[in-house]
Amino acid sequence: MARVLINFAHPALEKSRVHAQLLRAIKTIPGITINDLYEQYPDLDINIAREQTLLEQHDIIFMQHPFYWYSAPAIVKQWIDLVLEHGWAYGHTGKALQGKYFSNIISAGGAENAYQPDGHHGHTIHDFLLPFIQTAKLCNMHYAAPYVIYGVHREDISDIKEETQKLVQVLERLRRPEFDPGVITGLSNLSQLLQLPAQTQ
Amino acid sequence: MDQHSLLFQAMVYLAAAIVFVPLAKKLGLGAVLGYLLAGVIIGPSVLGFIGTEGEDIMHFAEFGVVMMLFLIGMELEPALLWRLRASILGLGGLQVVISAAAIAGIALLLGQPVNNSLALGMILSLSSTAIVLQTLNEKGWMGTAAGQSAFSVLLFQDIAVIPMLAIFPLLAGSVATESTSHSSSLRDNLPGWGQTLVVLGAVAIIIIAGRYLVRPIMRVIARTRVRELFTATALLMVVAIAVLMNLVGLSSALGAFLGGVVLANSEYRHELESDIEPFKGLLLGLFFIAVGASIDFKLILEQPWLIMGLVVGIMTVKGIVLFALGKIFKLNIDQNLLFAFALADIGEFAFVLLSFTSQTRLLSSEMTAMMTAVVAISMALTPLIMLLYEKVIQPHFTRSEVKAEREADEITEKHPVIIAGFGRFGSMTGRFLRANGINATILDLDSDRVDALHNLGIKVYYGDASRYDLLAAAGAADAKILIIATDHPEQTLEIVKMAQRYFPHLQLLVRAENNEDTFELMDLGVLHIYRETIDTSLRVGVDALRMLGNRAYKSERAARTFFRQDERTLKGLSALRDDKKQYIISMKERIEEMEKLISSDRVKTWLDEGQGWDPESLRDEIRGEKREIE
Repeated sequence: MARVLINFAHPALEKSRVHAQLLRAIKTIPGITINDLYEQYPDLDINIAREQTLLEQHDIIFMQHPFYWYSAPAIVKQWIDLVLEHGWAYGHTGKALQGKYFSNIISAGGAENAYQPDGHHGHTIHDFLLPFIQTAKLCNMHYAAPYVIYGVHREDISDIKEETQKLVQVLERLRRPEFDPGVITGLSNLSQLLQLPAQTQ
Repeated sequence: MDQHSLLFQAMVYLAAAIVFVPLAKKLGLGAVLGYLLAGVIIGPSVLGFIGTEGEDIMHFAEFGVVMMLFLIGMELEPALLWRLRASILGLGGLQVVISAAAIAGIALLLGQPVNNSLALGMILSLSSTAIVLQTLNEKGWMGTAAGQSAFSVLLFQDIAVIPMLAIFPLLAGSVATESTSHSSSLRDNLPGWGQTLVVLGAVAIIIIAGRYLVRPIMRVIARTRVRELFTATALLMVVAIAVLMNLVGLSSALGAFLGGVVLANSEYRHELESDIEPFKGLLLGLFFIAVGASIDFKLILEQPWLIMGLVVGIMTVKGIVLFALGKIFKLNIDQNLLFAFALADIGEFAFVLLSFTSQTRLLSSEMTAMMTAVVAISMALTPLIMLLYEKVIQPHFTRSEVKAEREADEITEKHPVIIAGFGRFGSMTGRFLRANGINATILDLDSDRVDALHNLGIKVYYGDASRYDLLAAAGAADAKILIIATDHPEQTLEIVKMAQRYFPHLQLLVRAENNEDTFELMDLGVLHIYRETIDTSLRVGVDALRMLGNRAYKSERAARTFFRQDERTLKGLSALRDDKKQYIISMKERIEEMEKLISSDRVKTWLDEGQGWDPESLRDEIRGEKREIE
């Protein structure tokens, strides 16, 4: 059974509509570790040993955060800089993360069609996620498909509810004993997992 | 106008205090000397405004002593006594016993009868709680090793008066049996042991009543919710006890002291203390004035050499005993000198005991008068002796210690940081710097702490950082930063001024106790001011916010925002204060200041900062576009 870790980062969760709801829902799924980075390290002083232990204890690692400025809130960068140490995460002797799955659960303000080569932002989400993808690769991890919720700026509360239920289903499927994490590397959005034939179920 | 009316006397006392105390302070003599001087001037010896009869003055003095002892008694918490038990019993007990024995021995050698010698020894072994504690407080020496030891000894002396008062009738009784000429005038026609029994009985009554009567009475008073009734009740208790003590022929001052000790056990103690505290300073002043006025210059002029000889002789004997004891109890030489100097005087209890002995005819009235003069002079000398210590002896130690230190390791002694004051505050900063590989030169005024730090291998200079030569010796000329973390705001200001004048290149990082200090430091142009509790208070606030369910990051940011805003507001207020060109602020203005601070807190809701994370405006814009398209 795959062990799932969600490193959650939102600097103003009290004002968030999307992530507050997502987090509430995710917390009800048994067996998923939620690591609330801003709550844990309000001064951005990250406990490296604790974070590395958490990573070692899990197989699928998500960074969940709003997609601020085509990237992530500051603490995610701080986390990457400090936790993924040379000789541990990467380099000749850095094999601690080998074979794990890494990805993002993100919310983007714009609609999906805005994230197209001919769209408002000129690139796909995948393009923008390149630093995460390459980071995973350098650390000998598989970059799985990200779970992207588009258009949160214009979404109604009911839409968010729908997205929330979908994410819960996806995460529950990851937790099934017979689930093969290999399938998620081939998707473009993790939500597509729900449309796959239940060959792995 | 009746010169002896109460109002006229009150006016004379108050006016004398107002004239002479600021004068004495200005001259660096301290408030106690000011009061004493005022007493001398208005007393019968100079102007004769008050107390043309000596009894008047002693009446006044007695009143001050009664009130002071009541408060001292109230501060005598059993817990405090227990914590200081070793030094109170050991140091205090030995001081009283050895000094009394030494003085009694000398008196015996000078041809006094045995009982008289014993009484004199006991009376003169005591020191002045009022003057010594007041002076130590004034100079900020209470926290030093010498201050603590002196306090312990004074406590023991205060307690030792009780058995002494019980013993005196016994001594007088045996005098009576020896010399039949006095036997007819024994008070109450009781034998010596009977008087002793009466005294013990009165003490027992006070203790039992205090334990079982005071509490229910106070509860009733508290229920009335009339504040001044507390003060009235406390005073009534003192007066009632005093009356009882007078009935059995004891001093009302001692009675008040006992009353205070009884109230120290009550849960209403702090209430009572805060009610009476304002009277304390004034009453003490009154007492000091009375002491000054009671110095009988006529008597002194008649036998100047005998009296001065007695003063010097007694104080020398006491000083030697104290110094020897300080040595045994491992006080450093400078602290030991302060200890010996402070307690070498004879205390106000001596007045009480002397009047008691003259009542019981233990001592002759001439002897009592002479001793009263001796006691008063020795008390008047105490602040002067302390001044001598402060100006002449202490600097000597400071200088020699620093020199010895510097000779030992002159080359390595070039630290970029100097820390003045290594108490709770400074030690934390110092430890932090040290943990990060920055050595600091540390200056501290507590020699025991200095020793302890030496043992830990930390280089500390003993001495007052507001002295130019000490700062220079500590390497101020080559240092970059001076951290001022002393406990005393006045000393802090002195150090700042000194450093600004002679070492302007130093960055000053200054601890401030409260907003007042902060304003004064701002006026001096200090850029880096650290209000000592603000960080802790805000950390408590952050934790409270978190416990109420707020996000950690939001709470921390709110605290930082609040901190910045508070500093800004304070600077604004400081600028406003400058216009007034005065430091005395009325309570109303202080409240207004607090209001300004609080209302500026409301200008912004702290927790709303960080709009970049929550682009409401962006959402509005997008929704608007959507509507346009539809």
